[in-house]
This record gives sequence, C-alpha cells and structure tokens, in this order.
Amino acid sequence: MHIVVCIKQVPDSSQIRVHPVTNTIMRQGVPAIINPYDLLALEEALRLKDCIAGTTVTVLTMGPPQAEDALRKALSFGADHAILVTDRAFAGADTLATSYAIAAAIRQIEKKEPVDLVFAGKQTIDGDTAQVGPGVAKRLNLNLLTYVSKIASLDLDKREIIIHRRAEGGVQVIQTQIPCLITMLEGSNEMRFASMDNMFRAARHPLQIWNKDAAGIEDPAKIGLKGSPTVVSKVFAPHAKTIKAEQIDVERKTSKEIATAMLSKLFREHPKLHAEIAKLAG
Amino acid sequence: MSEQNQSIPPVKKAAGRKKVELDPRLIAYKGVWVFIEHERGEVHSVSWELLGEGRKLADMLGVELAGVVMAAPGESGARFCQEAGFYGADLCYLIEDPVLSDYRNEPFTKGLTDLVNQYQPEILLLGATTLGRDLAGSVATTLQTGLTADCTGLTIDPENRSLAATRPTFGGSLLCTILTLNYRPQMATVRPRVMPTPIPAPDTHRTMRIIPHTLGMVETDIISKVLQFIPDNTQNKAQLPFADIIVAGGRGLKNADNFKLVWNLAKVLGAEVGASRPVVQAGWVDTDRQVGQSGKTVRPKLYIAAGISGAVQHRVGMEDSDVIIAINNDPNAPIFDFATYGIVGNAMQILPALTEAFRQNLAAARLAS
Amino acid sequence: MAEKFDAIIVGAGPAGNAAAYTLAKAGLKVLQLERGESPGTKNVQGAILYSDALEKIIPDFREDAPLERHLIEQRMWVLSDDSHIGTHYRSDDFNKEPYNRYTIIRAQFDKWFSSKVRQAGALVICETTVLDLVKDDDCVVGVRTDREGGFIYADVVILADGVNSLLAKKAGFHLEIDPKDVALAVKEIHFLPQETIESRFNISGDEGVVIEMVGKITQGMVGTGFLYTNKESLTIGVGCMLSDFKQQKISPYALLEQMKEHPSIKPLLANSEMKEYTAHLIPEGGYNAMPKIYGAGWMIVGDAGMFVNAVHREGSNLAMTTGRIAAETVIELAAQNKPMTAANLALYRKSLDETFVMKDMKKYKKMPEILHKNPHFFTAYPELLNRAAHTMLKVDGVDKKSKEKEIRQSFVGKRSLFGLLGDAFKLWRAFE
Ligand SMILES: Cc1cc2nc3c(=O)[nH]c(=O)nc-3n(C[C@H](O)[C@H](O)[C@H](O)COP(=O)(O)OP(=O)(O)OC[C@H]3O[C@@H](n4cnc5c(N)ncnc54)[C@H](O)[C@@H]3O)c2cc1C
Ligand SMILES: Cc1cc2nc3c(=O)[nH]c(=O)nc-3n(C[C@H](O)[C@H](O)[C@H](O)COP(=O)(O)OP(=O)(O)OC[C@H]3O[C@@H](n4cnc5c(N)ncnc54)[C@H](O)[C@@H]3O)c2cc1C
Ligand SMILES: Nc1ncnc2c1ncn2[C@@H]1O[C@H](COP(=O)(O)O)[C@@H](O)[C@H]1O
Repeated sequence: MHIVVCIKQVPDSSQIRVHPVTNTIMRQGVPAIINPYDLLALEEALRLKDCIAGTTVTVLTMGPPQAEDALRKALSFGADHAILVTDRAFAGADTLATSYAIAAAIRQIEKKEPVDLVFAGKQTIDGDTAQVGPGVAKRLNLNLLTYVSKIASLDLDKREIIIHRRAEGGVQVIQTQIPCLITMLEGSNEMRFASMDNMFRAARHPLQIWNKDAAGIEDPAKIGLKGSPTVVSKVFAPHAKTIKAEQIDVERKTSKEIATAMLSKLFREHPKLHAEIAKLAG
Repeated sequence: MSEQNQSIPPVKKAAGRKKVELDPRLIAYKGVWVFIEHERGEVHSVSWELLGEGRKLADMLGVELAGVVMAAPGESGARFCQEAGFYGADLCYLIEDPVLSDYRNEPFTKGLTDLVNQYQPEILLLGATTLGRDLAGSVATTLQTGLTADCTGLTIDPENRSLAATRPTFGGSLLCTILTLNYRPQMATVRPRVMPTPIPAPDTHRTMRIIPHTLGMVETDIISKVLQFIPDNTQNKAQLPFADIIVAGGRGLKNADNFKLVWNLAKVLGAEVGASRPVVQAGWVDTDRQVGQSGKTVRPKLYIAAGISGAVQHRVGMEDSDVIIAINNDPNAPIFDFATYGIVGNAMQILPALTEAFRQNLAAARLAS
Repeated sequence: MAEKFDAIIVGAGPAGNAAAYTLAKAGLKVLQLERGESPGTKNVQGAILYSDALEKIIPDFREDAPLERHLIEQRMWVLSDDSHIGTHYRSDDFNKEPYNRYTIIRAQFDKWFSSKVRQAGALVICETTVLDLVKDDDCVVGVRTDREGGFIYADVVILADGVNSLLAKKAGFHLEIDPKDVALAVKEIHFLPQETIESRFNISGDEGVVIEMVGKITQGMVGTGFLYTNKESLTIGVGCMLSDFKQQKISPYALLEQMKEHPSIKPLLANSEMKEYTAHLIPEGGYNAMPKIYGAGWMIVGDAGMFVNAVHREGSNLAMTTGRIAAETVIELAAQNKPMTAANLALYRKSLDETFVMKDMKKYKKMPEILHKNPHFFTAYPELLNRAAHTMLKVDGVDKKSKEKEIRQSFVGKRSLFGLLGDAFKLWRAFE
C-alpha cells in the first residue's frame, strides 16, 4: 500500500506575536513546527505501515525551502520518502490554489506508484481553514473522510475501509472504498519518538525538491496569488479594545470579605444577573 | 483521478482593495443563501444564527435571503423551511431524497453544487461545524470559488458590493478580513455561537416560497455508506455553547481534586463547567468542556475563570461573555487585560468563599420571595 | 549498528558550532547533537557578537549572518535609586567597516551558524539529548543519547553543552557548580518600531548602542544590567550571582521589573511590547573555578568550561575560540595519526594559553572574589557618585568649595578613608 501524508510547516502559533505598530505577524524567533494536526495524520499512516507489510509512506509539503526541516522530521518518525514542492510561483496561495498544487503533485507521485490513501491534518494552526484536505480530495476524486477518530478496518483486497467520523451530536461509522483522503481528529493518537537510526536516516535522506514544472502544474494561472479567489483586505489585532479588569481590592482582606465585595459589586452593576442566577440555581 | 471543473473560469485578476468591476457573467449571481444544517430532527442553531446575519447582508444588498434544506423524505424538510422563514428567510430551496438521510459528502456536495449552478447566489454561508466545513470545502473546490473559513464577522464591503468576511488566524492572534472579488458565489463558514440567534417571528404574514429540487442521484451512485450512527449520550454531555453561566478552571488549580471547587461553585449557580486546554489534556474533565480556539466558543452572561492565564487561544472562545470574573494569583496574568472583574488571589481559597457567598445570597433571595 | 565518527560534538551553541564547523570543513566525519528542537530555538536572547572570534572561523560571515546593528556607542551608567551618572563613548571609527561588534538575536544567529555547519558537511541531529559519555576504562569512546539505539562512538567527544554541563559533572570531570560561580541573568526583548529606536538612541541605519549598568538596580547583589538596541527591538536584562539571589530572596523577575521602572530606563522602553522573558545562567567563576578541560578522548569548550569574561561581558567569543582551538587540536592530531589520549590533547590547553582566552581568564582571576567581598561597590558607591553629581550641578546659592567639602565628607562618612583607598587598590589589583 502507498500512503501520501500532506504536512505543512507552520509557525508555532502559541508563541506568535503581533507587531504592535504594523500589525504584522512577527515570526522572528518563533519556531517553525510541523502542524500538530498533521503529526496525528502522519502517526496514523505510520501505524498502518507498522501493521501492513509492504506499505510505503510518502510525505509531501508545499512551502518555502526551510520546510525541508519539517520533511526531515517526518522522515525521522519513519516516513519512507519526502517531497518538497517549492517555487516562488506558489507564494500567496489561498486554499483553492494550494489544493490545486498539492493535487497536481500527488498526481506526479502517482506516476511512480499508485496512491491508496492520502492523509491530511484536520486543519492548520496558522490558516486554521480545514479546507485544503477536502479540496485535494475533490480535485483527485478521492472519497473524503474528515474528522476521523479511528480507522476501524481496512481490507486491501476488497479495497474497503471503515472509519469512525466525528459528526455533530455523534459518531458516524462510515464504510467506503479506497483511494480516499482522511483527515484525523485530535486525541486519536500520539506521535512516536524516533529511534537514533531513524534520526540518522532522516538527516542523510535525499529529499525530492520539485518546482512548479516538476510538480506537474498545468495551468500556472491556478497557483499562487494569481490562482487565489480570496484576497486579504485587512489584517488587524483583535484586542484593540483592551479594558483592564476592575480589580477587587484584596489588600488585607479575608477570602470571605473578598467574595462578599465581589458579589455586591457584581449584583450592583449587573442587577439582571441576580434574577438570572436565582432562576438557574432554582 | 480526474479534475472536476464545472464553473466559470476567473476573468480578471483580483486586485487588492481597489474597486473591481465584476465580470458580466458574474453579475447574474444574486441573493444570499444559508445552508440549513440539521441532525436527528433538529436544526443546528448556527443555521438560525446565520439566517439572522444573512438577513442583514441581504438587506444591505437589497436582495433575497434563501435557505437551503437537504433532507431525506420524512425528515421534516418542509418544516425546516417554514422555520427558516420565521428566522428571516424569504425562500427556501428544498432537496428531498432518501440518499440524504445521513450526511455524506458526495450527495450533499452534488446537491448544493447543482443548486448553486442553477440559481446562482452571490453569497453562500454555512456553519463552521464538522459537517459545514466538510461540505463547504468540497463545494468551493468544485465550483472553483473562494471560501473563507470559520468566520466571526460578516459584512458587505460597500466599494465592491462584496462579502467582507472577518476571521481569526494564527490561533486568534490576528484577525483578517477577506474578500472574494471576482468569483461567485462568495462562500464562508461561520463559527457557531459567535453571531446572536435572532428571535423567531412565527406570525409573519410573508409567505415562505419553497422551491423544490431533485438530487438526481441514486444510492448505487454513492460509494460511502453510513453503517451506524452512535449518538453522544446527551444526558451527561456539557451544553457549554448555550450555557448562561459558566465556571471554568485552568491549570492554576494544580490537580483534579482542586478542580472540584469549580464544580461546587457551578452547582450552587446552576452553571456549566468549562476548562482550559491543559485541564482537558490532563484528563480532569471531558474534552467537550474545553473552551477556546480548538474547543467551544461560548458567550454566557457570566463567565468565572479560575486559574486560567487567558492565553489567546482560550480568550477567543470566551471573550464575548457579558461579564467575566477572573481569579488568578498573578497580577500580570493576561486574563486581567479583558476580564470585567479581577481578583488577585489563590483560587483554592477564593472559589470556596465565592461558593459560600453565592449560596447565602441565593438562600436569602429565596426567603425574601 | 552503532555508528562511529571522528568526532562528536555535544551542543549547538557558539562553542559547539565553532568546533563542528572547523572539523567538518577539514573533512572529518563529524556528528553534532543538540537537545533543542533546532539550534537556538528556545534562545530568543539578543546579545553582542564580537567579530574577531567569528572571523577566524568564517571570514566572510557578514555576507549572510543575521546581524542586527553594529555598535558605535557604549554607555556606562552608575545608577542610584532615581538617577544615573555615566559615560558615553561614541566613535566614528566604529562606523567603519569591517565593524567590530554587532547586536544579534541568538535564535537566528544560532540557526544561521548551524546551517553553515551542515553545509560544511557535519551531520547535525537535534531534539536528541546526550545522557552519558561512554567510557572504555578511563577513555571516552562515545555517547549515549535518549533515543532507542542511542549509542554512538567517536575518537573524541567535545563537550559544548553550556553552563553547568551535566555531562561533565556526570562523568566526574568537575564537581557540582557553586552558586557563587554562576550568575543568573534574566532578559526580555521589547519591540519598538525601528524609527523610534533610532530617534531614542540618536542612531541611524544599522548603528547601535549598548548601555552597561551597575548600581542600585541590583539591590545590593553583585551584578550588572544591560540594554542593547536590535533592529526592531531592545534587549534589556540584569544578572546577579546565583548565591546572592538565594541569600537575598529576591526573584530575578522582580529585579528586572523594578529595573525597568528606574526613571533613567523607563523612557527608553516606553510604548514597547515585551516579547519574551528568558532566564539563563552565566558561568562567572573565572579562572579559579575552571574545571579540567581535556582528558582521554574528551575536551570541554565554551560555557561548559567556565570560559566567560564577566567583567567585559564576553562569552560567545570565548566559546567560539575554544571551540575552534579544540577542533584544530583534533585536526592536527588526526593528521599525524595520533590517538586522542590525554597527553596528546594537552595540546588544546597549550594552544589556548597562547590566546586572549586564557590570558584574560588569568588577568581577572581575582575579580569574582573581590566583588563578592565588597558589595558596597554596588550600593554605596553608586549612591555617593550620583549624590556628588547632584550636589555639584544643583545651583542653590551654596558655594562650590563647600559643595566639594560636603561631597568629600559624604564619601568618607559612608566609607572610611582607608576603606576608600583599599577599594581602589583592590580594584586596581583585579584589573592589573
Ligand atoms: C493550536 C492550539 C490550540 C489551542 N486551543 C486552546 C483552546 O481551545 N482552549 C484553551 O484553553 N487553550 C488552548 N490552547 C492552549 C493555550 O495556548 C494555553 O496554553 C492554555 O489556554 C493555558 O491554559 P491555562 O490558563 O489553564 O494554564 P496556564 O497558562 O498554565 O495558566 C495557569 C494560570 O493559573 C494561575 N494560577 C496558578 N496558581 C494559582 C492559584 N493558586 N490561584 C489562582 N491562580 C493561579 C497562574 O498565574 C496562571 O495564570 C491552544 C494552543 C494551541 C497551540
Ligand atoms: C543574559 C545573557 C547575556 C549574554 N550576553 C552576551 C553577550 O552580549 N556577548 C557574549 O559574547 N556573550 C554573552 N553571554 C554569554 C554567551 O551567551 C555564552 O558564553 C555562550 O552562549 C556560550 O556558548 P556555548 O556554546 O558554550 O553554550 P550554549 O550557547 O549554552 O550552548 C549549549 C548548547 O548545548 C545544548 N545541550 C546542553 N546539554 C546537552 C545535552 N546533554 N545533549 C545535547 N545538547 C545539549 C543546549 O541545548 C545548547 O544549545 C550572555 C549570556 C547570558 C545568559
Ligand atoms: N502547503 C501545504 N503543503 C502540504 N499540505 C498542506 C499545505 N497546506 C495545507 N495542507 C494540508 O491540509 C490540511 C488543512 O490545511 P488548512 O486548510 O490550511 O487548515 C493541513 O493539515 C495539511 O495536511
């Protein structure tokens, strides 16, 4: 079986800061990591590789040359091949243009070895869109399985897969045919710790680096900024209206006094809340 | 694996904020649509929230607001249409077909794509639920148009008469406003519980037009089968998004035992219990109690946060609460930058004191009435 | 199968990178192990880079290294509670290329340096912690990492694992570090628009300023404060001896917070946004606290070997120089087919003795002790100096001669005449 895992290198959003004046993201010093959700997808692919002999896992990313680090890391966990799709022409891509490029690259990969499963993350932590996965599936005409919490069974002979999928208000058990595209839900697994041998292998592994031609882009008008219907018109910091909390005076007061002061202030300034709470508390 | 491409190719390069003359072929696209999502006989509240918002957009544009209902026969599709009218829709497109009994990507994508191609709306909104995001992603790709994900604000850019969709990026550190200038329809998914739910007006004299449509697909066309639906057991599940009062705890409570103090206060207040991500990861409470970017968005009347630092990923999930009381022993904790009231102190002492104070206050109120 | 290398370098700070680069460039088979996610990831400190040490390793580093500003002005401030007296040294000579000192952001710099190491042909593996040195009898023959199958062998292991080297300690090369031999430094990066920085510090283009501070800001502890200009941010920090922090029970964070409130400092930071707070140890025990720096199959370089000149706030240049010289030692021995025995590696120490590194270490060897025994350098003197300036500058009808007398008396009152003379002597001896 051949599995492709789409990963993206993202700035660690828990460490990101916004420039106070220009309102731009300050990437300076912010570590670049593999999108955490993509690691779940990669781990799931590697688990399949562990139990199904003869499985190969190819990781694919589109991004700047530095994204090489993300691929090497994926290799260290046990992926077999890594492809970096990188070209200035891809810059500024939105999800439609991204899925076009990734779909093209997967078609190129297929020329060497047919693809049975594609994994993507549930969403990225920088763009947060959760759209690229479905987009790639549509373009490649793959059965789409999003928010998967568990792969219940996979029958390669019948080319049949059964998964659990998170839906609103419950879990769907879905059966479909491979090839399909799966996005994994968080909490479904945890990334393994690479062995020393795999670290060596990853550090030395030759990467395949594809520009737009190598990636099989047929219509250059569909990639990068040009191929992106959405236009960012404004970027701004969300919390301009910072109001400092009114502090309840805690100096030399007991917890009881603080609590009493809090309640009287709360109910004085928000009289409706009192009735509300009384109603709820029954 | 072949590419599907059914829509009009782009005509002109989108050009920043400059005024864009819409391609004549796209001028035909008119009206605001809301996809009405339902599950187990009930419409998801985000659809009503979207109708409220869609109404405003339609009025700004001077066009009609339509709902789209896709359901299996016997799933009360017509009733959903009627209700959509109460929430502001002028008309509804209704596709009823047995293959629509459970959500599956293939038939829903086909149905919605066909409707769009036939009736050409300029704006198409869906809830940013697991269903909405699954469906929107494949519909937008099939239509080759722009899709803005997980929005928290919608308006019309007067200059281009186009949808200006605002959404958080980088985990909520920034907001950006996104336009889809020269493609139609303009699509967006919208985060639940961010827009207010409009008040339904059942006695409207407007008559709801229902436009039926056929799916044109049979079960054997569809590869994916839903074998089973395992409903969440609803008794014990948190209904965080709809709670009026939430008491939430964070890592500052140190351990699962101390977290009980949060439950105690919630019990006295008749409140729901929420938590920050580390608390959920540590397993002190269930995943569905997580508030924030990767958890639930809530907007209660009162949110009490104990031992929560107020990281941006938590903040985006709760900052629209009417009143926020923050208890934190660090006077510089970011949560004090946006809470209404701050108590600098040890949550392990303040929580029980608050619990007791509320208990007494409520008891007195009950006596008085 | 366990791999074998010519050399393993533990750590990818300036010392480890200098060693790995030099070795790989010479064609040796080099493995560098770093526990961080990538070199310098957690390291958001701004710092000063001294060109000379790096030039000797990568002569054309200026072409692509991420440099913030070149320093053209040095200020030395002595602070009382609400004032400062100080000197500025600004020279146009520092504005002539090649520049001598730069501010850098370590996270970026380390990443750049590491990319050079890779290009030179070394194998760099991150997120991997070396847990132990592997010994055969008394000779170090390799390392054990925290990963499955983690034994790796080499002819020589160079420890560049930074201050408080756990490996050296575990291997018994030195004892537990003494709190009086390390300073705890805390620093923050504050963002400001480039134009604001330039107007606030009277600089333009890539010019930069350093302010070194002593006095009441350390609240009686032995230590100094500093402020550097980066391109779009300021680095501010303060460091004091760990033993003093322990004794005085002051938290480093509180110390820095108070320092930022000082009326001479506050306006420089106004309207900035704090980006990151980091704390780090600096080995300041000096020559007398140095461990043994080589033995059979191993050498210690950089902070791990106490190579820091605390008086002049030099560390990375000593780190790079020791790293380079350790590497050159290995290259030389390998070229002659000599084994990495303790006797042969003694060459490392011998070569170091010829450089500024050892000469400076020796010159200041008494400094730590003198400062420890004379805390009034950090309290009474700053106060007196500032008061003297204030007395002289304030025009209030008192004649200048009386003012001079008052100043003299204030000094002697605080500290006996003998004390003053003694202090002068001690300091002179330390700098001698
Ligand atoms: C992609 C991504 C998604 C995320 N999504 C979410 C999300 O949906 N929701 C979420 O919450 N987080 C999310 N996070 C994590 C988020 O960045 C923060 O790490 C998290 O919110 C911190 O939780 P906390 O405030 O409980 O813990 P901490 O940040 O550790 O804060 C604990 C607080 O308790 C205070 N404290 C300590 N002791 C006491 C005491 N005795 N009494 C009172 N106060 C005390 C401390 O001063 C501190 O402010 C996400 C992160 C990422 C990267
Ligand atoms: C606040 C502050 C300000 C300073 N300012 C200056 C300045 O302006 N100019 C200057 O020249 N010097 C300055 N210094 C000193 C300078 O930073 C150090 O001297 C220099 O970084 C030492 O380099 P190093 O390579 O020896 O150690 P480090 O830079 O500490 O590198 C050690 C590396 O080893 C890794 N490591 C540790 N243990 C292991 C292990 N077991 N396995 C694998 N990897 C491991 C660590 O992760 C780290 O990356 C300053 C120091 C501080 C704290
Ligand atoms: N540039 C990219 N290269 C490879 N995969 C990507 C890229 N962008 C997005 N993806 C995949 O699509 C998923 C969803 O991304 P997003 O739609 O940006 O939230 C990610 O988790 C990745 O698996």
